[in-house]
Amino acid sequence: MKAITIDGERQVRGDKGRFWRTFLRNKYLWAMSLPFVLWVFVFSYYPLWGWTMAFQKYKPALSFGEQQWVGFDHFKTLFHDDTFYQVMRNTLAMSFMGIIAGFLVPIIFAIMLNEIRSMAFKRVAQTVSYLPHFVSWVVVAGLVTKMLSTDNGAVNELLMWLGIINEPIQFMAKGELFWGIVTVSDVWKEMGWNTIIYLAAIAGIGPELYEAAKVDGASRLRQIWHITLPGIRTTIVILLIMSIGHLIQIGFEKQFLLGNNLVRDYSRVLDLYSLEYGLQMSRYSFGTAINIFNSVVSILLLFAANGLFKRITKESIM
Amino acid sequence: MSTKKTLMGTPMSDRIFNIVVYAFVIGVMIVTLYPFLNVLALSFNDSIDSVRGGITIFPRDFTLKNYELIFSFSSLLTGFKISVLRTVAGTIVGLISASMLAYTLSRPDFQGRRFVSVYLALTMYVSGGLIPFYFLIKDLHMMNTFAVYIIPGLVSAFNVFIIRSFMDTIPYALQESAKLDGANDFTIYWRIILPMSKPALATIALFLAVGQWNSWFDTYLYNGSSESLTTLQFELMKVLQSTTSGNNADIHNPNLTQVMSTVSPESVKMAITIVVTLPILLVYPFLQRYFVKGMTLGAVKG
Repeated sequence: MKAITIDGERQVRGDKGRFWRTFLRNKYLWAMSLPFVLWVFVFSYYPLWGWTMAFQKYKPALSFGEQQWVGFDHFKTLFHDDTFYQVMRNTLAMSFMGIIAGFLVPIIFAIMLNEIRSMAFKRVAQTVSYLPHFVSWVVVAGLVTKMLSTDNGAVNELLMWLGIINEPIQFMAKGELFWGIVTVSDVWKEMGWNTIIYLAAIAGIGPELYEAAKVDGASRLRQIWHITLPGIRTTIVILLIMSIGHLIQIGFEKQFLLGNNLVRDYSRVLDLYSLEYGLQMSRYSFGTAINIFNSVVSILLLFAANGLFKRITKESIM
Repeated sequence: MSTKKTLMGTPMSDRIFNIVVYAFVIGVMIVTLYPFLNVLALSFNDSIDSVRGGITIFPRDFTLKNYELIFSFSSLLTGFKISVLRTVAGTIVGLISASMLAYTLSRPDFQGRRFVSVYLALTMYVSGGLIPFYFLIKDLHMMNTFAVYIIPGLVSAFNVFIIRSFMDTIPYALQESAKLDGANDFTIYWRIILPMSKPALATIALFLAVGQWNSWFDTYLYNGSSESLTTLQFELMKVLQSTTSGNNADIHNPNLTQVMSTVSPESVKMAITIVVTLPILLVYPFLQRYFVKGMTLGAVKG
C-alpha cells in the first residue's frame, strides 16, 4: 500500500517537474508565441467583456461600478423595433441571394475554364478574373455606380441600344433593385477568385475517368455531367455547409458603399444597423445588444452547420 | 486527335461546345475588364468633353489635367503617403508576427501547441462586435493614431494557419540537425524555416498588403477627423459618396468635396480610382502561382 502511495506521489512530482523542464526547453518557442497569446486576448477575447454594456444603461463617463443595470431591456426594445425586422429581412435576403449566385456562377465558370485547351489563354483568363478580388469595395462601388449611372452608364447605354428600354433606369435610386445590385456586384468581384478551389478539386479527378468516357463515346457535355460535377460534389457540399455559419455575417461594406438614403430600407443590414443606431446615435447599449444578437446567432448557426457536416461526412470542420 | 474525333462521330457538337465555352470565358473577361478600361479612358479624357458621353475604352480628347489636378490636393497626397506607409509597415510587421506564431505551432514538441491552436482558432468564430471593439480602441488611446492601422489587425488566425500548414510540409529532420549544431529555436525559425517558407510568405504578404491598401473603414471609424492620418481609400470613399445623394460620408470635413463641385467631379473620381487600383494591378499577377497554391493548401487543411 505504502509503496504505491509513494510511487504515486513521485509520479505527480515527476509530472510537474517534467512540465517545467519542457517549459524551459521550449523557452524560445514560448517567447515567440506568448506575446501573441496576450495580443489575441486583448483584441479578440477582452471585447467580449464589453457585452456587459448591453445589460446596462451605459454612459461612457461613468466607471463600471457606477453603471445602472437594466437586465434585458435593450433586447426587448430590439425585438419590438420594426427596423430590426426590416434589417433581418435585408440581411437574410442578400445572404441567400449571395449564396445561390455565389455558388452557381463560380462553379460554371470553373468548369468552362477547365474545358479550355489552350493553356496560355486559360492563364490569361484566370489572371483577368482574379483582378476584381484584389480591388477594394470602395473602387468596386465606384465602378458599379459608374456603369449603372443614368448619364452615359454602360448598362443603360447597352439596354437602350438594344431597344429594351427607352429611357435610362435610375438603378441606384430604386430600393427594390438594391439586393440584386449587391448580389451581382459581389459575383462580379469574387467569381474568378472562387474558381480557385473548384479548379483544384477538378484537377484532382483522375484523367483515366475521362479517357474511359471518351472511349465509350461520351460527349464533353456528358463528361462534365457524369465525371466533373460528381468529382467536385464533396467540395461544393463542404463549402455550402460552411456558408451556413456565415448566413447573417454578410459584412456591411458593400451595403454601406452602394447604398444611399433613397434605398436605405433595403440596404440596412445588421452591422449597419448597429453602426447607425448604436454608434452614430450614441445608443451604445442598444448597439451592443445588436452585436450580441449577431454573434450568438452566428455561433448557433455554426454549430448547426458543424452538426450537419458531421452527419454527412463523419468529420468535423471546427 | 482530330481524326479520332471524326471517327467518334461528334465533331460538330464538339465544335459548338468549344464555341460556347470560349464565348462564355471571353464574355466574362470583357465584363470584368470593361469597367476598368472605361474608367481609365475617362481619367485621361478632358472633363468637359467627357460630359458629352460616348467614351468607351479610348480617350477622345486626351489630357493629363485630371491627374495634375488630383495631385494638387494636399489631402490626396497625405492619403497616398499614409496608405503607402501603412501598407509597408503592416505587411512587414504582420508577416513576422504570423510566421513566428505559425512556426511555434508547427513544432510537434512545443507543449503549448494544442492550447494555442484552439485558442487562436476560436477567434475566427467569436467576435465582440463593432461597439465593444470601438470602446477598446478608445480605451487604449488609439483613436487618431497611426498605430490603429497596424496593431489591432496584427495577427489573423487564417493567415497563421495557412503558413503553419506550409511549414508542416518542411522535413523536421532539417531542424533536428540544426539543433545538434547548437542553433536555438529562434535561429532555426529565422535562418532555416523562414527562407524555406517563401511561397507561403509571398501569399500572405500579398493578402496583408492588399488588405492594408484597401481598407477604409478603420480610417472612417477611428481617424476620420484627423486630416494627417487619412488614407487614399478613405478619400476616394468620401469623394464617391459625396455625390450619391447625401450619404454617411459628409460627417467629416468636406474640403475636397467642395472643390470638386466646382471643377470636374467625374473625371477627378476616375483619376483617383485609377491611382488607387494601379499598385494592385502591378503586383498580383506576379504572385499568382503562389496565392493559388496557398489558397488550395489552406482550403484542404483547414
